[in-house]
Amino acid sequence: MLKDITLGQFFPGNSLAHRLDPRTKLILTVLYIVALFCAKWFVSYALVAALLVLSVKVSGVAPKALVRGLKPVLFLICFTAVLNLLYTPGDPLVSFWIFKITKQGISTAFFMVLRIMMLIMGTFLLTYTTSPIALTDGLETLLGPLKKLKAPVHELSMMMSIALRFIPLLIEETDKIMSAQKARGADFESGNLLQRAKALVPILVPLFISAFRRADELAVAMECRCYHGGEGRTKLHVLQYAARDYGVLLVYGAVLAGVLALAGFGL
Amino acid sequence: MTEIIQTKQLVFAYPAEEGAAAVNALDGVDLTIEQGSFTVILGHNGSGKSTLAKHMNAVLLPGGGTVWVDGMDTKDESLLLEIRRQVGMVFQNPDNQIVANVVEEDVAFGPENLGVPTEEIQERVGAALRTVGMDAFSLHAPHKLSGGQKQRIAIAGVIAMEPACIVMDESTAMLDPCGRREVLDTVRRLNRVKGMTIVLITHHMDEAAMADRVVVMDSGRVVMDGPPREILVRMEDLRAIGLDVPHTVELLRGLREDGFDVPLSALSVEECAQAIIKSL
Repeated sequence: MLKDITLGQFFPGNSLAHRLDPRTKLILTVLYIVALFCAKWFVSYALVAALLVLSVKVSGVAPKALVRGLKPVLFLICFTAVLNLLYTPGDPLVSFWIFKITKQGISTAFFMVLRIMMLIMGTFLLTYTTSPIALTDGLETLLGPLKKLKAPVHELSMMMSIALRFIPLLIEETDKIMSAQKARGADFESGNLLQRAKALVPILVPLFISAFRRADELAVAMECRCYHGGEGRTKLHVLQYAARDYGVLLVYGAVLAGVLALAGFGL
Repeated sequence: MTEIIQTKQLVFAYPAEEGAAAVNALDGVDLTIEQGSFTVILGHNGSGKSTLAKHMNAVLLPGGGTVWVDGMDTKDESLLLEIRRQVGMVFQNPDNQIVANVVEEDVAFGPENLGVPTEEIQERVGAALRTVGMDAFSLHAPHKLSGGQKQRIAIAGVIAMEPACIVMDESTAMLDPCGRREVLDTVRRLNRVKGMTIVLITHHMDEAAMADRVVVMDSGRVVMDGPPREILVRMEDLRAIGLDVPHTVELLRGLREDGFDVPLSALSVEECAQAIIKSL
């Protein structure tokens, strides 16, 4: 059951999307999200959707994998749709008891669902084509200027990459602890929500203790390898923008400009 | 020969729990490790061998006495980075000392911290991975490797810092026999070919047999010190402090008691077999 966790899952590949600099991809994602939120009507949505389809095509990621990413947020999507459907004021079409479904409600709900779905698919595309290490590296360099404001940028990115490194270990460990507790008669599958939550305590306590022990050992090991913070650190791989990065940025920038122009006309 | 690590009257006690008297984990240790040597430190649990190892690169600082690494006093905080660059440490649990998600990134961690230029890091990482025979795995995720492979990555991470000495703090204790073999072959090669000083902390007697020198610890003191052929045959003395003797020594001792003319000091299985064949 724990094997299903797809956190920052990365599909290795060699497509244009994979070869782009992680900083470029982060900027592209921001441009895409801004464009998505500025889109007003079908025309601009179609433009953003075309960009998404093109990006997916270029990345070589199976569209199925992107759709699968939507599953965990299905509830959120339905919830938003229903809320928007019932609570948007405007010209009522149907009304019963205290609820009114309005024309505006239908269109708001529709666009909201579309927006969330495209938002998730777009960001998933980022994590599918960028290794977590490249992603933290990209974030660290992009946020680099904040170091001048004493923001702990290096520390955050180090924490993130260590967290990513230990996720598979901790998952494995949780599985082991669960098996050990099951072997001694623990029951995780039956009972109501409260009972199940209580049954998790004997998993979480040993997991936390072991995580702290690991953290302690790792800290000593890092110090032994001369880790002394981000100051004076060099890198194995230095990020470098290539011509393709500027090209793709231009395409995304053009789409954003297009969406903004269309929004001006209410399209 | 010059000494790389030297301890003088080294005393150390862990903070005592409430109500208990503090016991010295190290109780006046005088030890000199020569450059290029292969030393095994033996001892049962709680003999102070790991505590001693942690003094060798200033993870722990002496409570009394002094430790010098390549002439540098470990108490001098300004020398800390240089001391840790000179003496690399490999720990017991391979999972808890690998920092990065990708093998090559992890090996690069030490040189990155030292501020080595990018091109040189790449060279060092390649060379270190080749030395431990893991160059085919440079882009793999560490958690998918076996214990022995992970431990070799940890060794590569230390080699990439180009230290003079590697301290292995029970680095083989969590490995299966196969992984142990891999790691031991690697450190032996490092010692013989690259002339790197190795200090191996262990409680496996067969690992002690391959060293130049064996140091036996008990209750925070060095109780025996000498070449393996002299130390490992002292069956009664070793048993008295909770250690075993190698199976070969036990076998030869038994044969000798039954009147066979065999030497006691044939430590490896091959040597032992040869010795028995010779006496028949």
